[in-house]
Order: sequence, then C-alpha cells, then structure tokens
Amino acid sequence: MTSPVAAVTTRAAEQGPLADLVQETLALTRRLFLQLLRRPSTLIAGILQPLIWLVLFGALFSNAPDGLLPGGMTYGRFLGAGVIVFTAFSGALNAGLPVMFDREFGFLNRLLVAPLRSRSSIVLASVIYITSLSLLQSLAIMATAALLGYGWPGVTGLVLVLFTLLLLVFAFTALSLGLAFALPGHIELIAVIFVANLPLLFASTALAPLSFMPDWLGWLAALNPLTFAIEPIRAAYAGPLDLGAVLLDAPYGTVSGYGCLTVLMVVTVGLFLMIRPLLNRKLA
Amino acid sequence: MIELKQLEKSYGTVQALKGLSLKVPRGCLYGLLGPNGAGKTTTLRILCTLLAPDSGTVSVAGLDALSDPRAVRLELGYVAQEVAIDKILTGRELLQLQGDLYHLRSSDRDGRIAELIDCLGMQDWIDRRCGTYSGGMRRRIDLASGLLHQPQLLVLDEPTVGLDIESRSAIWQLLRELRAQGTTVLLSSHYLEEVEALADRMAIIDDGRVIAEGTPDQLKQQLGGDRVTLRVKEFSDDREAEQVRQLLQGVDGVRQVVVNRVQGFSLNLVVENEEVVPRLREQLDGAQLPVFALAHSRPSLDDVYLQATGRTLMDAELAVAGQRDSKLERKKAMR
Repeated sequence: MTSPVAAVTTRAAEQGPLADLVQETLALTRRLFLQLLRRPSTLIAGILQPLIWLVLFGALFSNAPDGLLPGGMTYGRFLGAGVIVFTAFSGALNAGLPVMFDREFGFLNRLLVAPLRSRSSIVLASVIYITSLSLLQSLAIMATAALLGYGWPGVTGLVLVLFTLLLLVFAFTALSLGLAFALPGHIELIAVIFVANLPLLFASTALAPLSFMPDWLGWLAALNPLTFAIEPIRAAYAGPLDLGAVLLDAPYGTVSGYGCLTVLMVVTVGLFLMIRPLLNRKLA
Repeated sequence: MIELKQLEKSYGTVQALKGLSLKVPRGCLYGLLGPNGAGKTTTLRILCTLLAPDSGTVSVAGLDALSDPRAVRLELGYVAQEVAIDKILTGRELLQLQGDLYHLRSSDRDGRIAELIDCLGMQDWIDRRCGTYSGGMRRRIDLASGLLHQPQLLVLDEPTVGLDIESRSAIWQLLRELRAQGTTVLLSSHYLEEVEALADRMAIIDDGRVIAEGTPDQLKQQLGGDRVTLRVKEFSDDREAEQVRQLLQGVDGVRQVVVNRVQGFSLNLVVENEEVVPRLREQLDGAQLPVFALAHSRPSLDDVYLQATGRTLMDAELAVAGQRDSKLERKKAMR
C-alpha cells in the first residue's frame, strides 16, 4: 500500500495569482462542457427549437401581403433576427440553472472549501460556457436561415451580430446568475425563467414590427431590451450596414443603430453593477 | 493546530452553537462525539470556512480563519457528510477538477491522483461515472479529494455513516496511517466505538457546547469504577431485583446499584475495582441466589456520555430525531 501522504511533495505550489485564476476557471469550464457533451440533449434541443421556430413561423406568415414589413422584407428574413436574439436570450436566462443545482446538491461547497484565487472564477466559468454555447447556436441558426433563403449578413454584419449577442448574453447571464444565488431553489428559478421568457419575446419586435402593435404593446416593445438587440441584427440582414440610420420608430422618438447598441450596453453594465454586490456577498 | 474559542452560531431562532471552545493539538487524531443536532457539523463547517460564526474566533495552523480564509483552505482537506459529487464526471475527472482548484501542476496532479487511486483501491472503477458509485466508493472519492493537496489537517464529518463494515475498517486504517505520518485528523462521529477505537483525544459535544474533553481513557477514568451487569435469572421481576439490590448494596467496594427496568430487571453496579467481583459472587451464594449472567467491564464512553448529560447517546439521538426540519437542514447546507 502506498502512503496516503505521498513521498513527492506536491503541496500546492503557488504559480502566481493569474496562472491560478486561469487554471481554476478552465477546470470549472471544462466540467460544464463535459456535462454538455455527455448529456447533449440540452445542446440538441437548444439548436432544434429555434430551427423549428424559424421554419414554422416563417411558413405561418409566408403569405403576408407584400409591403407589410418595413423595407419590403420577406417574413422569413424579418424573423431570422428575432429567432437569433431569442435563442441567445433564452440560453443566457438558463445560465443560472447549473449553479443553482450545484448549490442545492452541495457541490458548490466543494468549490468553496478549495483555496480558489477568486471565487469569481465560478461565475466566469458559467459566462464562458453560456457565451460559447449561445454563439454556437446562433451560428447554426444563421446557417439554416441562409439555407432557407433568408439571407446572410456578410462579414461586417456578422461581426455586428456577434457583438450584439455578446452584450445581450452578458446582461442576461448576469441576471440569471444573480437569481441563482438570490432564489431559494431551482423550482423558483425555473418559474421566473418561465414567466420572463415568452412575454419578453412577444413584447418585442422579434415576431412583428412595431407598426403592427397596439399602442400599449408598442410602448412595451420599444422599452424591451430584446428589441434593441433585434433591430441592429435585422439591419445587418437587410443590406448595406448603416448604424447611423433610424432602426426603431418608437412612440417616444426614433432610435438609430448606435442608439440601440448604446441602450444595450447601458443595460448590460447596469445589470452587471446591480448583480455584482449580490454575488460578492453570496460568494464572500 | 486548531483553536476554536467561544463560537456562537444561530440559524434563525435555533441556537446551534452556544459558546463552543475546542483545542486540537498538532498530529493528533481527534474525535468529536455527540448526538445528531449537537452542533458537530456546524462546528466543522465554521472550521472549514464555509460558514461564519456569529461570534468567537477560529484559528487553524496559526492562521485566523475569519480574516484569512484562503490561507486556511490551503492547509485543510474537508470530507463533508453529504457526499456532493458530479454524477456526469468520472472519478478521475472529479479529482482532476479538484486538483486544479488547489492549483496543483498538472503533472504533479496526475501523479498524486494515481497514488491515491492505488492507496484507496479505486483502480477498477475510477474511470466510470460517479453516478454509478456505491456509498463506499463515493466516500473513498471524497477522501481522495480531501487528501489530494496533502493538507496538514484533514477534517471529516461522520466519515463512516451508512457504510458497510469493510469500507469502514478501510477508512479507519487510512486515518490511522495519516496520523502516523503526521497529519492532524479531526473527525466527528455519533458512533461511540468509532471514537473509542480511533481517537487520541476527544470532546463530547451536546447542545452546542463541549461538555467533556480529554483522552478516551481519561474520560473513562474520571468517571471512575468498573461496571458490573448482573442477572440472577434471565427475567427477574421487580421484587426479586430489589431484594438482590439490597443484598449487594452493602458489599465492600460497591458504590452504586441500579435496577435497570428496561433490560429485564438486570442490575447495573459501579464497583471500585475487579476484586469486588468475587465478593459479589460470595454474597449471592450465601443468599442461595443463582447467577444467570455476570459481566464485568471498564466504563464505556456511553457511561461518560450518560454521566455528562444525564441521558444515553441513543436517547439523545431519538429525542432529536423527531425534531429535525428537513427544510431548515437544506437551508443550512446551501449557500
């Protein structure tokens, strides 16, 4: 029998804070990806669902009269941006679930007794995981949309799409992680996700333009952060990209592409600043 | 190695620790004995920096656990009671994750994992997913992850609860070796025989306080006297037992005679030493009374516990069994 206290000294050789932080974050991220690969149902459903949306919703409104949508877009092309944003949004909103399960099963305690350089690595791993997953899903949707003849945003467009999605994913991942620490259990978290999900979709410009909506819904949609992500992406799909152009004719005034991105940035930074004290307290 | 001073901790209206103080010397295998709900787990969670006490101080290896928790985490390994494991990962992947969280270099890490696999006999199943493991396997994985970074101090919360005898003795063996190699080991248990068999020193915890502390032998000696259990027949009655009690009460060297109504009116005696036993027999022979069974023993830790709290450990367990609130328990364990 070998000795339980080994002859070789492997005592935690400190490699410097940054190297440690990278090591622990990568290890935690690796765990999330291993889980995904061995339980791929989340991944498959996450890619299939938006595709079904795209195909079915696209077909449902394919006979909409010409000229109904701004700029004479086809409905399929109009819808693409909405489905991309909605998918990234749902994914980010679910980011807190694995953390919540770790809390409930006590796995989090295993992480917390370890001498982590910074416990933000736990949060960072979730953000890396969800972001890469959302971008992967979005690319799958964009490829399918292209195959369905709904267009392709081009290179600058693609950069804009990815940048917009990153902002959105950061914002809602932060929110979801905050909820995962604030709520008592996964039942409550799932309930909040469930209640937030579809209303935010319908009260946005994902499925229909503002001009379709009754006044009150128009107001909601024009205040919904999803709308500010959808419009720039839709513009990227519509043709030559001009972020200075008016993209949203809201009841309170017009918003340009730059305006949309600014709003999105403010929302992201705002949510991050709101959630950070909570995470700091819970992970202190 | 460990010094806890005047720890207090409440969960809502429930006061779990009421000024608990404890000192564990370096290199010692220390047992924390007490019934469920006495505050053992809370104490260990505070020690392992998972929980902050309401008041009191915690020092581990000369470090202040409250002001410098990360330094303390580097020095200790914690094997929790509720085995939290990632079912999807294999045992090896779980240990690798753990190694990375302790910032071992990857070559050292894998070498160390190989050693522990060998030492804990995990070769056959280490590359299977943790979801398929039995209780004993899970506990061994947990032990391995607690030992991975070769801590000076290993803290185990009821490490053998619900385990088969084989796994239990394997764990005992390992803990003894660790101690022999200089690791300080602190374990909590509500098994008397576990603490008695393993611990160099021990504390009895009851209702959030330490009520007795010392080596198991010291504690038993403080109690003094030997124990004799006597039955004149397999089943006596009240009257007969009382008659024998009066008869033996006067024997030289007998300190106390109690009729144990629960156990078929047997008699429990506390005697000065073993030389009293033949005198008891003589006395009974003289009175023409038969002896169905006569057992002579040193006082057990259960006697120590009984003396300190006025109830047996088993009674204490039963008393709290009905009071545990599963929702509160879960809340305590969650962050």
